[in-house]
Order: sequence, then structure tokens, then C-alpha cells
Amino acid sequence: MKRLAISSVAIATLLAGSLYAGNGTLRLITWKGYAPKALVKKFEKETGIKVKVTYSNNEEMIAKLRATRGGGFDLAQPSVDRISFVQKKFHIYHAIDYSKVNTDQITAAMVKASKKISGIDGKVYSVPFIYGTTGMIVNKKLAPEANDWSDLWNPKYAGKISYRLKRPILIGAAFGMGYNPFALYSDKAAYKKLIDKVTKKLIESKKYVKTYWTSGDTQKAVVKSGDVWVESGWDAIGWQVHDQNPNIDFICPKSGALGWIDTFAIPAKSKNIEAAYKWINFILQPKNAAYVTNQSSYMTVSKDAPKYFNDKIKTDFKRSYSQKDIDNIKWYDALPSGFAAIEAKALDKIKAAQ
Amino acid sequence: MENKKGFNITFYLLILPVLLWLIVLIVLPHLDLLISSFQADSDSGAKIFTLENYTAFFKSKIYWLTFVNTAAYAIGITILAFIVTFPVAFYLTKVISKKYASFLALLLLIPLWVGELVTVYGWMILLGDHGVINEFLLYIGLIDKPINMLYTNFSMSIGLLYISMLFMVVPVMSTLESLDDSLIEAASDLGATKWTIFTRIIIPYSMPGITSGGIIVFMLVIGDYVAPDILGGKSSLWFTEQIYNEFLSTFNWGEGAAFGFLLLMISSSIIWLALKLTGQKLERVGS
Repeated sequence: MKRLAISSVAIATLLAGSLYAGNGTLRLITWKGYAPKALVKKFEKETGIKVKVTYSNNEEMIAKLRATRGGGFDLAQPSVDRISFVQKKFHIYHAIDYSKVNTDQITAAMVKASKKISGIDGKVYSVPFIYGTTGMIVNKKLAPEANDWSDLWNPKYAGKISYRLKRPILIGAAFGMGYNPFALYSDKAAYKKLIDKVTKKLIESKKYVKTYWTSGDTQKAVVKSGDVWVESGWDAIGWQVHDQNPNIDFICPKSGALGWIDTFAIPAKSKNIEAAYKWINFILQPKNAAYVTNQSSYMTVSKDAPKYFNDKIKTDFKRSYSQKDIDNIKWYDALPSGFAAIEAKALDKIKAAQ
Repeated sequence: MENKKGFNITFYLLILPVLLWLIVLIVLPHLDLLISSFQADSDSGAKIFTLENYTAFFKSKIYWLTFVNTAAYAIGITILAFIVTFPVAFYLTKVISKKYASFLALLLLIPLWVGELVTVYGWMILLGDHGVINEFLLYIGLIDKPINMLYTNFSMSIGLLYISMLFMVVPVMSTLESLDDSLIEAASDLGATKWTIFTRIIIPYSMPGITSGGIIVFMLVIGDYVAPDILGGKSSLWFTEQIYNEFLSTFNWGEGAAFGFLLLMISSSIIWLALKLTGQKLERVGS
């Protein structure tokens, strides 16, 4: 009996310990590069709050928060277009109290976009943090003329093409074929028809594809090794490869790069909301935000951060984005519910095709 | 009486952690999954009972085709694992001395120590267009441009074989160890050829080990995710990837759960069928 008593006490303390851990710590689930160690240390020193960082991606973040009904983390960083349909269905986030966010230090246009895209019935569920685009990474020496999404099925580059088989390629291919998929977000049937067309195109041209890359690392590896000349890719990744091989660079496709905004969202069972707001306001301070950008090449929404950008970031940005390119960025709108299933079916079909 | 009672309390205390572990961590989550596999959202958002998640598998060609593909590869890899590892097991138990055998068997275990992900990345380095094998073949002049090996069904199969074959070696070795050498000697004395000895004595004797190894390899391969995901090519489909997609891309947990149970049921029936066809009994396999 004594042993039982001891073990039950031990279990009780363990449980209490895990519950108590919520105070004084901030459990952050985010993307690689979004919470650099130096800033975490600085934050811990300034506030006394310990930060526990978990790296993830959109799909995993949503699945994890859904499984715990919004528990396990105090602050998450999903993309802005993936918030509202998830929130409507699973209620895993708290609405943002914008009076606690120092919006003066954020670019006004980005706040407006976040409010619009992640708003439901007058409540807003996100604060913007990083933005960027999905465009193309091209080896300019071997494929000097590649400049649009449609080059991803150009027979000229047969066997030298790569992309990720996820939703951005469906959207990009639709733009490359001359359609505007975002205009069909209100019409499910028409959207499905368009995706069917895109699916057909990508199946027909599958023989030109070398491989489907699956992560930032693999998209870097295939183009660096020379196995791939033309691929879909992220601006920051393209710039990182450019440093090592000046022939390779990120370009905005003629029919428009796809713009995404990654945000802060507060999970419904966050145990330390105060710390979450503190982190948001801390990391968006111009100097800190510039540090994130200088480290990772991802563009911050912090208004005065560009003052502290290093020269490399400035030249990278200028080289890849003309004013025309910026005006032509297609920003992801909130994905309506049910659309993810259409896209997933299409992706399955493309993967299964021989 | 008292003695017996004391034994009972200790017994229950000892079994309690096991039961808790089984119920809380295995039985309950599975029940939850089983329930959600029969649920779908109605148009109003409420949960309703449905068989749709299961019928979707048979209605959609992609799903069952993927499953057939996965099962066919799993069976093929199981057979390959047997072909590759049987000579190794035989060599280790019957040909060389015990002293070296245990050392070599230990070497066989090394890939398990580093974990599946690391071995899979190792194969990426070996098989890439600019990988070790291609560079070597180019260097000795056997080929003049790299062979496309990585991101194909070939690289996926090699990865799966490499991960799983150890689980064939161990049970086969343990049955072969108990095979009396004098049986083989007697057979040769009576004029049996090597082939006859192999098919009439060695194989039947080690059948329980082969069967249990086969079951383990088949189950490991059919349920594997890492190797197909990383080494598989643009057309290689694996049923576990399908389940992953249902949970993470489509957010359709009901269908994902249903597919999980279908995987369990169908792969179990394949094993049952294989046991029936080869005349094996599951009870004998364990021994």
C-alpha cells in the first residue's frame, strides 16, 4: 500500500507539474527561422518568460491544435488563408484583442489584409508576421527563357522540372493557364471544374517532371545539384541558393507570384495569453524583426525594419521584384471550407497517374 | 488462505500498470478512432453516423488501386527479404563457428541503432544522380551519364528491404539453430542432392521462422511511411501516405480513421490467407 501511495503522489506531482508549466513559459509552435535563438534569449532576459519552440508547418499545426482542441501551445503561426475555415469548423483559436497589439510598428496594409482574410463575424484571428511569395527558382544559365508558371510543363525543359505537389502548384498552374482561381472562391462547382483542368494538364506533363520536391531543403538540393533547371519555389530559398550559385535565382512568374502571409494566432486553450502578446509585440520591434529577416531572408511586416536590413536582403529583393511584379502578386484569400478536399483529391490523382 | 490473498493483491498491483497502459494508450484511442471512422459531418455541421468513409475506399479507384499497389510491393519485398537473408542466416548458424557468428549477427543489427530516417537518408546519398554509386560507375567508365535511381519505385523498394530484412534474419536464425546437423549429414549419406536437402529438410524445418519473419516484414513494410515518402518517386503511392493526407491535408479524420482500419483488416486477411495457402498454423509460428 505504501508503494502505491508513493506512486500516486508521484503521478499527482507529475500531472500538477505539467499543468503548472503553463505559467512563466510560452509554448510557441512555428516555422523554422521564425524564432531565432538569439531573439528567444533576448526575450527571456527581458521578460523572464521561458520560450519553448516547436517547429512545424501549416498542416501539422492545424492537426495538432485540432487534436487537442486548441491546447498544448500558447501561440501558433499558421498562414493567414488557413485560419478562417479551420476556426469556423473546429474553434481552435482565440480572437485577437488588437488593443494589446502594437499595430504602430506593423505595415498598415498587412494588418488590413490579415483582418480581412482571417476575420469571421467581426472578430479577427490573426496578427501578420512574415510575408513572401511562391514563384519560380530558375537556373538562368541552362534555362534563360523560363519566366512563367507555364514553363513547368514546357517540353524544352523535359526531365529538368520540379515542383511540390501541394496546393500552390494547382493555383500557380491555373494562373499559368490564364485563369484566376481566387475569383472562383465563391463558386465551388466552377472551382472544381478549373481544378479538373489543371489536374489534366499536370498529368499530361508529368513525364517532364524530374521529381516532386517536398521541403525547403529538397527544393534547394535538386536545383543546386543541376538535376533541375526550373522549379516552383520560395523567394527566400531562391536567394539562399543564389548566394552559392549566382546562375540560380528566384523570379516572379509573368502571370503573378503567389503571396502568402504567415501570422500569429492564439490557440483556444492557450495558458499564457499575456506572454503571447508580449512575444508578438517583441518580435515585431523593428530591430528584432529585421534580425529575423536578415537571418532567414523572409520578409517581415514590421514597418521600420527595412532600416536595419543588411545590403544582401536589399539587393536580393530588388533583383527579384520590380514594382510591376509586386503589383502583380496574387495574395491568397481565405480558403473556403470544402475546397481543401477538392484540391487533395486532385493532388492524389496527379500523384497516382503514371 | 491468507497467503493466497497476498498473492492476489501483488498480482493485481503488478498487472495494473500493464492494464492501464493498454487501456489508456492503446484501447481507448483505437475506440475513439473506430467511432470517428463511422462519423461524418452533416451539412449543418453535426456528427452523423455513416458508412460513407468505408464505401469511399471502394468507390474511388485511386484508393483501392493504391492499396493493391502497396500490398503487391509489400508481398514482393517480403519474398525478396527471404531470398536475400536466408543464405545469411544459414551461413551464420551452420557454416561458421559460433564465436564469429554472434559478432557478425551483432554487425547486422547496426542499421537498427541509427534509426530508420538516417538509413533512408543514407540511401539518398548512395542512389542520387550525383550520388556515390553513380559517381563510381561514371568514374570507372561503365556508364556515361547517371542512371536515374533515386525517387523511383526501385529506390523505395531498396529502402524498405533494407529497413525490414533484419526482422527476417532473426527468427530464421533461431529456427535454424535448433536444426540438428546430423539430419543434413544423414540425408547426404543417403545420397540426397544439395537441392533435395534444401527443399525437403532445411526449408520445412525452418518454416515457422520463415513464416513469423514473413509476417513481421510484411506488416512493417505495408505500414511504413518514411521510406515511401522520402525515397519514393513521383508516381509511387503508398497507402499510409493516403492516410496521412486524409488527416493532415483534407482534415477528413473520419475517412483517415476508416482507411486505418481497412489497412489493419485487409493486411490481416492477407496474412491469414497466406497462412491457409501454405498450410501453416499461427500457433506454431510463435514457437
